[in-house]
Amino acid sequence: MDCFQTLASLRQRLLDGEITSKEVVSGFLGRIESVDSDLNALIHLDKEGALKQAQTADEALASDPDARSKPLIGLPVVVKDNIAERGQPLTCASKILSNFVAPYDSTVVSKLKSAGAVLMGRANLDEFAMGSSTENSARAITRNPWDADHIPGGSSGGSAAAVSAGLCAAAIGSDTGGSIRQPASFCGCVGLKPSYGRVSRFGLTAFASSLDQIGPLTRDVRDAATVLNVIAGHDERDSTSVPRETEDYTASLGQDIKGLKVGLPKEYFIEGLDPAVKVSIDGAVSQFQQLGAEIVEVSLPHTEYAIATYYIICTAEASANLARFDGIRYGARVDGKDPVELYAKTRGAGFGSEVKRRIILGTYVLSSGYYDAYYLRAQKVRTLIRQDFQNAFDQVDLLLTPTVAAPAFKVGEKSTDPLQMYLTDIFTISANLVGNCGLSLPCGFSQNPKLPIGLQLMGRPFEEANLLKAAYAYEQSTDWHKAFPS
Amino acid sequence: MEYEPIIGLETHVQLKTKSKMWCGCANQYGADPNTQVCPVCLGMPGVLPVANEEALRLTVLTGYLLNCDLPRHARFDRKNYFYPDVAKNYQITQLALPSTLNGHVDFELNGRTERVRLTRAHLEEDVGKSFHFDRQSGVDFNRGGVPLLEIVTEPDITSADMAYAYLNALKDILTYAGISDCDMEKGMVRCDVNISVRPKGTQELGAKVEIKNMNSFSGVRRAVLYEVPRQIEALKNGETIVQETRRWDDIAGITESMRTKEDAHDYRYFPDPDLMPFEPSEAWFEEVRQGVVELPLARKHRFVEQYQLPEGDAEVFVNDVPLGDYFEQVAGKAKQPKAIANWVINNLRAKLVESESTLEDLKFEPASLLELVQLVESGKISSKIAQTVFGEMFDSGKAPGAIVEEKGLVQVSDTGAIEQFCDQAIEANPGPADDYRNGKEAALNFLKGQVMKLSRGKANPALVGEMLQKKLKG
Repeated sequence: MDCFQTLASLRQRLLDGEITSKEVVSGFLGRIESVDSDLNALIHLDKEGALKQAQTADEALASDPDARSKPLIGLPVVVKDNIAERGQPLTCASKILSNFVAPYDSTVVSKLKSAGAVLMGRANLDEFAMGSSTENSARAITRNPWDADHIPGGSSGGSAAAVSAGLCAAAIGSDTGGSIRQPASFCGCVGLKPSYGRVSRFGLTAFASSLDQIGPLTRDVRDAATVLNVIAGHDERDSTSVPRETEDYTASLGQDIKGLKVGLPKEYFIEGLDPAVKVSIDGAVSQFQQLGAEIVEVSLPHTEYAIATYYIICTAEASANLARFDGIRYGARVDGKDPVELYAKTRGAGFGSEVKRRIILGTYVLSSGYYDAYYLRAQKVRTLIRQDFQNAFDQVDLLLTPTVAAPAFKVGEKSTDPLQMYLTDIFTISANLVGNCGLSLPCGFSQNPKLPIGLQLMGRPFEEANLLKAAYAYEQSTDWHKAFPS
Repeated sequence: MEYEPIIGLETHVQLKTKSKMWCGCANQYGADPNTQVCPVCLGMPGVLPVANEEALRLTVLTGYLLNCDLPRHARFDRKNYFYPDVAKNYQITQLALPSTLNGHVDFELNGRTERVRLTRAHLEEDVGKSFHFDRQSGVDFNRGGVPLLEIVTEPDITSADMAYAYLNALKDILTYAGISDCDMEKGMVRCDVNISVRPKGTQELGAKVEIKNMNSFSGVRRAVLYEVPRQIEALKNGETIVQETRRWDDIAGITESMRTKEDAHDYRYFPDPDLMPFEPSEAWFEEVRQGVVELPLARKHRFVEQYQLPEGDAEVFVNDVPLGDYFEQVAGKAKQPKAIANWVINNLRAKLVESESTLEDLKFEPASLLELVQLVESGKISSKIAQTVFGEMFDSGKAPGAIVEEKGLVQVSDTGAIEQFCDQAIEANPGPADDYRNGKEAALNFLKGQVMKLSRGKANPALVGEMLQKKLKG
């Protein structure tokens, strides 16, 4: 079986009876067995469960006419290991949850199950989604399928690598500052961060609650729209999910984009952009012009404050969100003579250094006497950044930027310099601060080594349909998405 | 130098909701440990809180009842601290933008109406309960996430008795409106006291000492009675009072230092990003306002004024709301509400207790009670007969007029008939008749009794007395 098929193509073959879900799943399982021991995209593989789900899907397809209308029936999906799937490990790539099994399904996982998806396993990530390379995983570093010396990006590096390497038909990730888009860019797949509140966070282990959003990583834009159709929607269990109708995100795919106004934020086209990235993005801009889009320069004047703002807000929220991992009720415990010693030993042994760094930072910025100078000020700057985007979106329909300033870096290249690592998120974090939707899709390659380059498109909040339409138009006019790692 | 105490109270009250604050688990006391828990109230990874609207409704209703301002924009914050009974290691509470602000409670103390101002009443979640065994500890999270209202007073309280009276008044109001059962034994009300003392006549507040761990209202009173003299004594001895938290030891009857300001927590409050600000519509507020009930003190005053009842009767109707409501239903149409009150309190209440029934089980119409009183007032039946009629009315539900007719209980006021009974009685009891003639007044009552007996209670007692007097002393 060809493991580099899109969801749409696999689905068609399943519905036409050319192939069974069991064959599809077996095909992917075989590929996982042959490549993932080097790749480390998956933390846990539920082989038996996947085959069982495939059999159920095949039976349903044979006997139940309604099964055919389920959009993901029989199709294998991998879920990032910070999103709860009942009965499966939920480690968040942390030692502190190394033996933790989720007692409930996240809303996204129940929606995937209802749509008929076969949940094959759990994808690697940076511990608690904190990182940009999966080097912060307590399990293993995931390798970039295009070149094993390079990182796949992060924190949804396992999900991106799994899609890119043909280990699954689609993957689910989470994006707090670029954690879907950046690895999608590095691994050459499509990664969508929906607008904040579009997809339920219930069951997503919180890193930074006001920034986190779950989204799909797929082989092409249509597949991303298909998965978004399944997972989007208001959820009563998530008060921050928005009670707003969803739409059929595949409906506008294929419409032309003549007259679409595409903005280039001048602050994003700065010195330090990798030459290969610059060439690819310039090419993408020309392509959009050819497709009839109008290119406009816009300004997002507060961009230079985005990183600082982001790292204050996300660490503040994380310091509280991760307080629950204390060894009292679940998870790894190191005993102590009193609760305080138990906490210190448990958390000291259970968390990796990046997680500790962020907890300490977050604790500091919320401390009495520092709150106003850091947390409160960051919230004010966040409002300014939001206004920047509103102003830009008053002028244009979409923003076009590089997803990352350079292709995937080497394993170990930045892991000793947190600040350099943080700066890789510079183009992606604003969408999380603002809450609008953003997507990365392939737009070129670097040479020697050949590594994918990603194009980021950002749309107005809740205008995923428009974003996907434009991304699809570009994708279909290029061949970048048709290239696979060897 | 004379000193005066300045006292403020922080009272935590569990709200009477079906489910917990953020999840669907039952809010119920007494279940086996950790049987009313779910991933949300256990703080499992990935869970999110969803605010219980009933708890928010009860909070705003409390605001209405305690005369508070009700901000149209409220918010939840995270209060961060590590403790094994806090599942998330932060408590969700309302620090910066609470649901209610600036209220007051009025209550009676030593015949005067006192007022204690409230700073706020805000909504938060209760924590689990720790248990300590020989070599280990355990936490029961059944209580974790139960909606909790924290009611904070201004430092308006000046004595232990006033603190005690305030707490009882607060409890009455909250139980009255169905906001909380306020069962102290089940831990539904918990209270911290802030005490400082200062030289009488000065305005500046002294260092505040917070006292915790009182598990009854009388414990609060005793703690204040201990702590105030302790602080005054210390000042008189030239010591300084430092800001600290002290623990009340109920058995020893003393307070002892727990921690001073230096080891106070930095709770690192910040807005909870998992919850949206609470900004309900005006229509919602109006709907909540419909639940406002008359407060105990107001009800008492109204009963005294409107129905000219003695305070004792009014209090009965304050403490037993359904009985009071029933009284009002009848008394509104009565010329003498006091007579209705007597029937309701002395007869109806007793009958209900005796028959283990409630007002809802009553067989007779409220109008029947009115009719019964009118029968007595018009002299148609004696009050003694009325007792019989009431018993019959209670049992059968028949109208009193019908009972009187049916059983021939109409009072005899016919002088001819009464004269006959009197003659019979005098004739049959010559001794007492003579006694009365010789000036022994009590003998008349005996003869009166005999006449009533002969008439089977139906003779008009006033006429009987007159007639006997006339016959014996002429």
